[in-house]
Amino acid sequence: MDYILSIIGPLAEGSLVTLKLFFITLALAVPLGLALALVRISRFTVASQAVNGYIWLMRGTPLMLQLLFIYFALPFVPVVGIRLPDFPAAIVAFALNYAAYFAEIFRAGIQSIDRGQYEGAKVLGFSYGQTMRRIVLPQVVKRILPPMSNETITLVKDTSLIYVLALNDLLRAARGIVQRDFTITPFVVAAAFYLLMTLVLTWFFQRLEKRHAVYD
Amino acid sequence: MPSMTEAASIASSAATSPMILADDIHKRFGSHEVLKGVSLTLAKGEVIAVIGPSGSGKSTFLRCLNHLETIDAGRIDIEGDTLAANDAQGRARYVADAEVRRICARMGMVFQHFNLFPHLTVLQNVVEAPITVKGIKREAILPKAEELLRKVGLLDKRDAYPSRLSGGQKQRVAIARALAMEPDIMLFDEPTSALDPELTGEVLRTMRQLADEHMTMLVVTHEMGFAREVASRVAFMDGGKLIESQPSAAFFANPQHPRTRAFLESML
Repeated sequence: MDYILSIIGPLAEGSLVTLKLFFITLALAVPLGLALALVRISRFTVASQAVNGYIWLMRGTPLMLQLLFIYFALPFVPVVGIRLPDFPAAIVAFALNYAAYFAEIFRAGIQSIDRGQYEGAKVLGFSYGQTMRRIVLPQVVKRILPPMSNETITLVKDTSLIYVLALNDLLRAARGIVQRDFTITPFVVAAAFYLLMTLVLTWFFQRLEKRHAVYD
Repeated sequence: MPSMTEAASIASSAATSPMILADDIHKRFGSHEVLKGVSLTLAKGEVIAVIGPSGSGKSTFLRCLNHLETIDAGRIDIEGDTLAANDAQGRARYVADAEVRRICARMGMVFQHFNLFPHLTVLQNVVEAPITVKGIKREAILPKAEELLRKVGLLDKRDAYPSRLSGGQKQRVAIARALAMEPDIMLFDEPTSALDPELTGEVLRTMRQLADEHMTMLVVTHEMGFAREVASRVAFMDGGKLIESQPSAAFFANPQHPRTRAFLESML
């Protein structure tokens, strides 16, 4: 027990890195994903196809590869080549990757809204923007909650990939202690940390779903 | 393509324009021509019932009037303002988008499937457009919204969500919602077709009440009772054409066209 208490400190520190990456990624990837989805369903064929290609690229290659690319290879790419410090590089990779997945969730949500809602709004004089903001997107939120819950829980666990950039997230902190002390207890404690985070997320999404269920 | 017909030229020269002037409307979906030159004028305070078999193009015609569908050829004037007119090649050209919106805002519409906003309560459904589109303050629109809900008999449901309402109640909310935007013309697209028979009465009563208040109405319907008793004129469409249009008493007593007679017989 004393041993567990002694390793909670460093693991909690690792969790902070994990949580920071998690929240910043969400804050960037949700709006970016929404923008991508709106372009994807727009009638601007070229832009829509470009987004389609982007989503294919982001979903079609491993997130770890993207991480490594942005950190190690991006500085050598002509024109866009910039050298990012490790944590910002991780943020960029995660935000770009998750935006692609979110875009598909939003697109599915938006396209599941009945055409009659658009027509109902149009005959009342709503512009496209007003229709989206006031009528369509509020209904989309409810429908995408289950897949968004899935995706955010995956994100919590995907954050552990940043060990490849030598960032001390929860899992890497645990591994460090395991290798130092020759015991697997830190892994068990780390698992408990992850479970706690996903529990909070699950609870949060269930509450949201309940709140949106009032108009069923 | 024929030039402007007599109706159109009379209308444009008249001092008071008709509420709706539709002239020689053509519309096709792919290779299928749904409207083959439909003309109709709707005067202020008039209630026209458009009847006809399924697939006759009557709903499409109605939807063309407020830009839910675009026409391929023909002319549409709303209260004297042109929404679309033919160019030199005989293809319909619409006015600028802002103008289209401004003109279409004068028409309220009620749909077969209500199209209420499910995430908003009854009251919110009614006040949403005045607040968002017209920028009216919530407190300023509230009395009017409540008045409209009282009128359609649903004030006690103001805080209910649409999913808790019957079809007839939904449709009455939809009517109140459309009226909240103070339209000059109300378009009804088969407003009772999705309702159980015992619920059509309450919706038709609300529509009759509107007609009694001299609202200008164009109603696509299968309700012969409504067409006979409430409509001032009845138009019969079949195969993408307007076959005949007469004052309702004459229409039912003395239909001119054999297809109208056949349709009326089939309805009895």
